[in-house]
Amino acid sequence: MEENKGASSCSSHGCNHSNGGRGEKFLNPTPMLDELEKGPWPSFVSGFKNLAERTKKPMLRGVMDQLEYSYNTKMGYWKGGLVTVDGYGAGVITRYSMIKDKIPEAAEFHTMRIQPPPGLHYNTAMLREMCDIWEEYGSGMLTLHGQTGDIMLQGIDEANVQECFDKLNEKGWDLGGAGAGMRTAVSCAGPARCEQACYDNLELHLHALRHFVGQLHRPEWNYKIKFKFSACPNDCTNSIMRSDLAVIGTWKDAIQVEEAAVTEWIEEKGVDALVNQVINLCPTRAISLQDGGMKIDTRDCVRCMHCLNAMPKALSPGKERGVSLLMGGKNTLKVGVNMGSLIIPFMKMETEEDREKFMKLVEEIIDWWDDSGLDHERIGETIERVGLRQFLDGVGLDVDINQVSRPRDNPYFKAKY
Amino acid sequence: MSSPERTWKTIESGPHTYMEALHPVVRKNYGNWKYHEIPRPGVLKHVAESGDALFTVRAGTPRQDTVDMVRQLCDIADRYCDGHLRFTVRNNVEFLTPKEENVEPMIRDLEAMGFPVGGAGNCVSSVSHTQGWLHCDIPATDASGVVKSMMDSLYDEFKHMEMPNKVRLSTSCCSINCGGQADIAVVVKHTRPPRINHDNLSMICELPKAVARCPVAAIRPTVVNGKRSLMVDEAKCICCGACFGACPAMEINHPEHSKFAIWVGGKNSNARSKPSTMSIVAHNLPNNPPRWPEVTEAVGKILTAYKAGGRPWERVGEWINRIGWKRFFEETGLIFDEDMIDSYRHARTTFNQSAHVRF
Repeated sequence: MEENKGASSCSSHGCNHSNGGRGEKFLNPTPMLDELEKGPWPSFVSGFKNLAERTKKPMLRGVMDQLEYSYNTKMGYWKGGLVTVDGYGAGVITRYSMIKDKIPEAAEFHTMRIQPPPGLHYNTAMLREMCDIWEEYGSGMLTLHGQTGDIMLQGIDEANVQECFDKLNEKGWDLGGAGAGMRTAVSCAGPARCEQACYDNLELHLHALRHFVGQLHRPEWNYKIKFKFSACPNDCTNSIMRSDLAVIGTWKDAIQVEEAAVTEWIEEKGVDALVNQVINLCPTRAISLQDGGMKIDTRDCVRCMHCLNAMPKALSPGKERGVSLLMGGKNTLKVGVNMGSLIIPFMKMETEEDREKFMKLVEEIIDWWDDSGLDHERIGETIERVGLRQFLDGVGLDVDINQVSRPRDNPYFKAKY
Repeated sequence: MSSPERTWKTIESGPHTYMEALHPVVRKNYGNWKYHEIPRPGVLKHVAESGDALFTVRAGTPRQDTVDMVRQLCDIADRYCDGHLRFTVRNNVEFLTPKEENVEPMIRDLEAMGFPVGGAGNCVSSVSHTQGWLHCDIPATDASGVVKSMMDSLYDEFKHMEMPNKVRLSTSCCSINCGGQADIAVVVKHTRPPRINHDNLSMICELPKAVARCPVAAIRPTVVNGKRSLMVDEAKCICCGACFGACPAMEINHPEHSKFAIWVGGKNSNARSKPSTMSIVAHNLPNNPPRWPEVTEAVGKILTAYKAGGRPWERVGEWINRIGWKRFFEETGLIFDEDMIDSYRHARTTFNQSAHVRF
C-alpha cells in the first residue's frame, strides 16, 4: 500500500495531465483516473470531470479525490449508516467517508434508489425533470441502472435528502427497496416492443410493486425478496438467477407457424441451415424434417425459444399464453449459486382477476417464508433447508412433475400409512 | 429527517408509470408485434401486425452517468424519436423511432458524441456490473474501471456481429457477484481469511450475527486484550467475505490478496440448453488499477477461441459442452489447476460420473 500516492499529493505526479493548459482547474489532479479517459469506450471519468468543472460542486471534487485515493491504495473507504425519509425505513443507501479527515468534501455521499418505469421506458420530459431536481439537490452523478434495477442517484448530503425526495415524489418518482424487504423489480422491454412477449409484464410489474409498496419502504422480513418479470423464456432480465420470484412468460398450446414464412426462410438460408441451426438444436428433438420443411410435435416441445429466435418471422408463441413462476434464484453469497426452480408451471395473466389471484399467491408464499425462514435466509435457501415438499404443503400448492427434473434417486422418506 | 415546515405529503407510488413513456407507435402496437430483424449492427427493426415498423438504435453508455450525459441522450431522443428512449438491463440506451430516415443521422450523432452504436445480436454487449470504490461499502475493486478497460479492447466486438451467438459479460467487486452470471464474468476472489480489527469489533458489530453469517461455521467468539471479539478458524475459512457484510471489522479486502477470477458458461436464457451457472477458469489475477491489463487479456483469450471455434447459435457454455473442458483450456491457453475442482456443497455433481474421456 502506498498511502502517500493519494489524490491530494499532486506535487508527486507533475500535474500536467489531460486538462492542462486551459487555466485554473476546479478539480485536483487524478492521474490514475485519467488513465480511464483513454480508449474508445465512453469514459465515466471524463463524464465526472466535465460535470465537476461545470457545476463546481465540492462534493464532486471530494468523490473524485477519494476514488483516486482508492485507485492508489486498492481499498474502499465508504461505510454505511441510517439516512432515510419521513415514514420510510429504506431506499437511501447511506455512505459516510472513512477518510473525511484527508478528503472532507465527500464526507457524506448518500445514494437515493429510485424505481424506474417498468421496462426502463422513458420520455425525455421525465428524465429531464429528474435531472434538474438531482442537479439542484445532489451531485448530478447517477447510474442507469444499478444491478437492483433502480436508478441510482449518487451523492447527496443528509440535509438535502428529504427535500430532494419530496420534489422527486411530486413528479411521480418513489424510492426503491433496500434491506430485508420487497425490492425494486426489473422487467424486459415486454409487449411494448417485443413479439415474443407472452404476457404484459410491465402491467404486472407495476401492479405487484404497488401491492407490496409498504413492505418495500418498511422492510421487516427475514431478508430481501426480489421479483423479476421476463415476458418469455429467453429471460432477458436474468430472472432465474437474479430473483426470488421469477415470473417468466410462456404458452401452453402449439407454436404458431406461418407456412409461407417458413418456406421463405428455407429458400433464403437453405435446408442445411434448417437442419443444422434449427432442427438439430431443438433440445427435445421435437422438430423433424418433413418434405423439405419442418414439423413440430407440440407434445415434445419444452418452450425453450430457440426455433422462435432462429425464425422470428415464421414462428411465434402459441395463443394460450401466461406465466411460469420460478422461485429461489440468488447469487453466490454463502450457499453458492442457486438457480430458481419451477414452482407454478402455468398461470393465466390477462385480467385484473388473474393478477389479483397471483398477488394472493405471492402473499401466501411470503407469509410462509416469514414464518419458516431464518434471519438472512433467502426464500430459495429456506426451501432447500426444509424441503420443496414442505414448502408446497405450507403454501397449499399442488405437487407437479414439472417441479423436478426427475423423481428422487433414494428411498429415504416416510410414505403415508 | 422530519422537518416542521414540510408541506408535501408522500405518495407511496412505487415504480414510475410507463404508459406516457412509450412512443405513440409503441402504444398503438402494444402486444401486437409480429417479428423483428437486425438490419445492421446496433439497429433493430420491429414490424407490427398492423404493418407499422419501429426502428431501434442501440448504443453503449458508461453506466456511471451524469445529468449532463442524460440530457445529451434526451437531446438525441427529442431530435429523432419524438422524445422517447429506453435502457436495456445491460446499460445500453435505445432510441425508438418509426422513421427509417432518422436511423443514419442518429447513428452519426451518437457516434460523434462518443456513444458506440452496437450491442445487438451476435456481438459482445455492454457489461452488467457493480458499483465499486465509487460508492459500495464492501468492494475490493472498481468495476467501472475494469469494465471501461475491457470494453476499450472489445470496442469492435461491440460494434460488429461476428460472434457465434450473443456474448454477455459481467464484472463484480466482491464474491457476492452482484454483476451476475454471464457467458464470461470477472469477479473478485479473496485469497486470504479476513484480518480482524479487534480494537473496534465489539463496538461496531453484533457478534452473534457475524458468527451466524459464516456458511462453514469458522467464526467463534473470543476475548482479545480484555475486549469481546471474534476469531476465525483459518483452516475452515473459505474466504467468501460473507462476514464482512455483517461486520466491517472482519476485513476481507486486501490490496494484494483480493484477486480476480474469471468464470465462463453462465446462461439465463432457456433457448436450447437449460440455463446454466458459471465455472471458474482462471484465478489469482492481480487487482491492478487503473487498467487491469491481466483481466482484459484473459477475457480476450476466451473470446478469441470462442469466436474461432463456436458454431452458429452456440453460447460460450454450449461451445464448451461440445468441445469439452480439456480443449477449452488448450484453445484458450488458460491453465486448469487443482483449485478448480469443486470442494463445496454439491461438489459431486461436478465430478465426471461416466467413462466419457477426451484425449
